Amino acid sequence: MRNVFLFIARFSNLLFFLFLQVLALSMLFRYNKYHQAAYMNVANEVTGRFYVRYNKIETYFSLQKENEKLRMQNADLLNKLKSDFAVPDSSMQLVTDTFRVDSLEQYRKFLYLPAKVIGNAVDGQNNFITLHRGSKQGVDVNMAVIGPEGVVGKIVNVSPNMSVAMSLLHRKNSVVALLKKGGGFGEVTWDGKDPRFVTLNNIPRTIKVAKGDTVVTSSYSDIFPPGKVVGYVAEVREDKSSSTYSLKVKTATDFYSVQHAFVVKNIQKAEMDSLMSKVKKD
Amino acid sequence: MSNLVRNIIRFAFFILFQVFVLGKIPPLHQFVVPYLYFLFILWLPFKITRGALLLLGFLFGLALDLFTKTPGLHAAACTLIAYVRPFLISLLMPKEATEIGYSEPSITSMGFVPYAVYVLVLTFLHHSYLVFMEWLHFGNFLYFIGKVFATTAISLLLILITETLFVRKAKYRTNVA
Repeated sequence: MRNVFLFIARFSNLLFFLFLQVLALSMLFRYNKYHQAAYMNVANEVTGRFYVRYNKIETYFSLQKENEKLRMQNADLLNKLKSDFAVPDSSMQLVTDTFRVDSLEQYRKFLYLPAKVIGNAVDGQNNFITLHRGSKQGVDVNMAVIGPEGVVGKIVNVSPNMSVAMSLLHRKNSVVALLKKGGGFGEVTWDGKDPRFVTLNNIPRTIKVAKGDTVVTSSYSDIFPPGKVVGYVAEVREDKSSSTYSLKVKTATDFYSVQHAFVVKNIQKAEMDSLMSKVKKD
Repeated sequence: MSNLVRNIIRFAFFILFQVFVLGKIPPLHQFVVPYLYFLFILWLPFKITRGALLLLGFLFGLALDLFTKTPGLHAAACTLIAYVRPFLISLLMPKEATEIGYSEPSITSMGFVPYAVYVLVLTFLHHSYLVFMEWLHFGNFLYFIGKVFATTAISLLLILITETLFVRKAKYRTNVA
């Protein structure tokens, strides 16, 4: 017994060092696996405060660019307004609709919650984006994050007032996407190298792909709303080992300068999930 | 300013500088990530006990991790250099110099060449360990080697700039103080 104590006393520093290493590594690998840790919620609230402070200053420098982006998005939305489409023939008459505006509300699938981006990183292998909107404001894990230009990522961790999203630039990220023209389904992943490009795998060779083609989210996802732009094909590469293309895709979202985003809630997800779990049980 | 107060200020300053200044620089290349924060550990006083040094290294790394959402990554690398630091100091400096000499490692207290070796070895160790853990996820050897060397080079440049900008008054400790 005495020898045991002597041993511990002699190697106390080494043992302490090893203990801290094991602690750190277990924290790292466990977090990378599940992205859930109780202490991270508290930490998000604290580091989030710093990010909010910093963000107040930072946004000033990109106001013009940001306005430009929002104006483009506004223009895009305005062009979709019903009143912009006039029928030249007078077989129809434009009548003010007496229906309730939200008569479609019960069929709504996706709800957009605006959120401010307060923390952002692109230099790691696993990049996260911090949003100033949390569980109190209706954000939950596994909701999509969409920016004015396109897909940004997916919520992985929520605290009362902040949330953390895994961006497209994350090792574990995988978004099912398809080519707008041609329609081959594939999976968007990131190789961890250049933050401007992601990869779209498993596109069958039978589909004609050209540089500049748009890649959009599919309707199969229960997280992402369909038809949101992921990026544009920058390079067509043939996967030697299989009969598929592996496309280099330039992300639509500029991850260096994302400032505003929408958290997208799928209102029908609970129903879908309960249905799927029933199917799996049988 | 007492050593304690100075190091508390440094702790906060290095973390905030790393997150809000260096972390905001648009990447020049996929290999280059500017790291400076670990200089805090290199600048800790000679007289700190090894246990305290390890614990401080861990907490310091963890503080940065909470900002970068990678709990444990920087903490592990910082604990490693905090563990190696005392061995390196005793190797590079004669025993008496640490006992009665200056309060913390610097060019004046250690001499230029020993200090340069001290910084080089710990920087390289820190980055290798950090990138190694990223490499476990990705597994591209060229990426590993390239990133270690490029990141080390950029860190050394940053440390050189810091050392020239902020000349630390190396207090010579006498028996009175």
